Amino acid sequence: MSDVALRMEHIYKKFRKGEIYNSLRDFLPAMTGKMFQGQELNATDKREFWALQDISFEVKRGESLGIIGRNGAGKSTALKILSRIMKPTKGRMIVNGRLSALIEVTAGFHPDLTGMENIFLHGTILGMNKREIQSKLDQIIAFSGLDEFIDTPVKRYSSGMFARLGFSVAAHVNADVLVVDEVLSVGDYVFQQRCMERIRSVIQAGTTVLFVSHNLKSVTEICQRAILLEHGKIVTIDSTDAVIREYLSAGDSPINPGEKKQVNISKVTVRDRVGEQSTFESGQKAWVDVEVTALEAVEKMAVVIWFKDETQYLIFHTSTERLGFAPFSLQPGGIYRCTFELDLNIAHGTFHLVTQVYRYDIQKSYDRRDPAATIFIGSTTAVGGAVNCFPRLIESETVAASTESCKV
Amino acid sequence: MKDELRELYKYRELLYMITYRDIKVRYKQSIMGFLWAILMPILIVMSGIVVRYAYAVVAHAPLKTGDIASVAIKAVPWAFIVSSIRFSCNSLTGNRELVTKIYFPKEIFPMAAVLACLFDFFVAYAALVVFLFFIKVGVTIYLLWIPVLLATMILLCVGIGTIVSAVSLFFRDVKYIVEVFLTYGIFFTPVFYDVRMFGDRGKWLLLNPVAPLLEGLSDCIVRHESPDLHWYLYSLIFSLITFFSGFVLFKDLEPAFAESI
Repeated sequence: MSDVALRMEHIYKKFRKGEIYNSLRDFLPAMTGKMFQGQELNATDKREFWALQDISFEVKRGESLGIIGRNGAGKSTALKILSRIMKPTKGRMIVNGRLSALIEVTAGFHPDLTGMENIFLHGTILGMNKREIQSKLDQIIAFSGLDEFIDTPVKRYSSGMFARLGFSVAAHVNADVLVVDEVLSVGDYVFQQRCMERIRSVIQAGTTVLFVSHNLKSVTEICQRAILLEHGKIVTIDSTDAVIREYLSAGDSPINPGEKKQVNISKVTVRDRVGEQSTFESGQKAWVDVEVTALEAVEKMAVVIWFKDETQYLIFHTSTERLGFAPFSLQPGGIYRCTFELDLNIAHGTFHLVTQVYRYDIQKSYDRRDPAATIFIGSTTAVGGAVNCFPRLIESETVAASTESCKV
Repeated sequence: MKDELRELYKYRELLYMITYRDIKVRYKQSIMGFLWAILMPILIVMSGIVVRYAYAVVAHAPLKTGDIASVAIKAVPWAFIVSSIRFSCNSLTGNRELVTKIYFPKEIFPMAAVLACLFDFFVAYAALVVFLFFIKVGVTIYLLWIPVLLATMILLCVGIGTIVSAVSLFFRDVKYIVEVFLTYGIFFTPVFYDVRMFGDRGKWLLLNPVAPLLEGLSDCIVRHESPDLHWYLYSLIFSLITFFSGFVLFKDLEPAFAESI
């Protein structure tokens, strides 16, 4: 077998926008009209659009690839073509080995059947045979954590339990290529963690994974490479970090599309005691200067700043208004300046500063810079996570197991 | 087509599971499930008896038990044909989630619908056997025709089922048209009457591919004779053509299912 797990070559997919004839009552008159009078079919069914255009990429065996993009960018269509639910209008596709999709993990469930029966039903739908399911049954039930409800009809399950069972079955299909589409939004935090664990272990076992999610954090965690899709075309294929940066900067430009900018964030600087700086030590002080220039007269504005970590996770957020400063108003050409003093009690890592001009009472943003600056935090104490709590180990003790307690 | 049949074979366990699901769900309340299986056959048999009684009155002849047996023998398969076409017609649109979300050969749905109805058919036929035992129709070598006739009937039902399920996915009013045909089909099919009652003109009725099969069942069970071989072959060929052309049509339309449903 070659080392290519999956390849798409110039895939195109066309959809019809307008309503097509979905009853004979409409279709037959239209057809006869066309045949006898040479009359054209209704103009609406000529309106087509390309959901995917010239999509070509290749995924190597054992690699994990993320697909990101806005709603309607064509992510799900691409996955549906991959999993053979839809046929491409043009193009060629190769999948080496068995492909399994974690898409809508509960689609195969029947509400009147019990959890156990549904495991078998859904497992078979996903392409497992009875023996395979039997051998994994304990694992599946344990993973779902639904041991005591397994003989209850699933219609009595909560939606979370429903999804958990679905994911558990789907995640135990032995596949060479696993397609994951936005399924991690189900279940509680603990279960989501377990799903991520599962996907990671599947990757470690050598499975190729295609991962679609709006949760950029999990995309960075899982995928080495990513594709950015926009309006059905590939914009970038690169390392996940680079693609996410591109995705976010592309989305940045117009806050209120079609509207003229009324104010402009003209300058943002991050500095330490000496001057402009991008590398800080954890716990160090930093100052953020923001300058706002008005192009039109605007009232009651505030400056908002926040920090995001590399995975776009918001870790800190404040504003002039929150700090008790009155909103400011500007005449055309007027300038507003402010400085925030911050204690960078952040753990080591890369963080993005975002600035925004915002009016709280009507909840309107006038301008945003995302990111306005990127800072790197170094730390002498080895801590992980987002914040630095400056830990110190003040006591440490080892107690040998006593023979008595062992008897219990 | 060979590849497609091979893939269908690969998914045979799924066919079994979907059939099992359909039966299981219907028989969840076992009493209701059993009643459901015999309700339609019983109603058809009873209306058949009323019609037969009317013939007997008009002809000034007594109503024979053989006539009642013949009506019952033909009514139960007719109920199977009607319900399997009805269920398979809705089998794709009723499994929308699975059609749009997961890949597998979708002809499994109409096939499973027919098989689930076949289960009902066997339940009803078991009841029928008890009845036939009481009226003493007797056991003969001709009963060996039954599996042959049934297999042909299943082939025909699967063929029609795959066609109507696929077409009704694209045209939502097809199921109403099918329903009308199923309702009035009984008047054009020898269930309440026998084709031989029509003498020479009976052959026009036998053009209905179901007719030779039902008449054949009645021939081999009640009259202890072989079915008319020519007309049986006609039905068989018709069923094979329906089955294969239905399969090809279905496979042809299948790639468009997910976006059209």
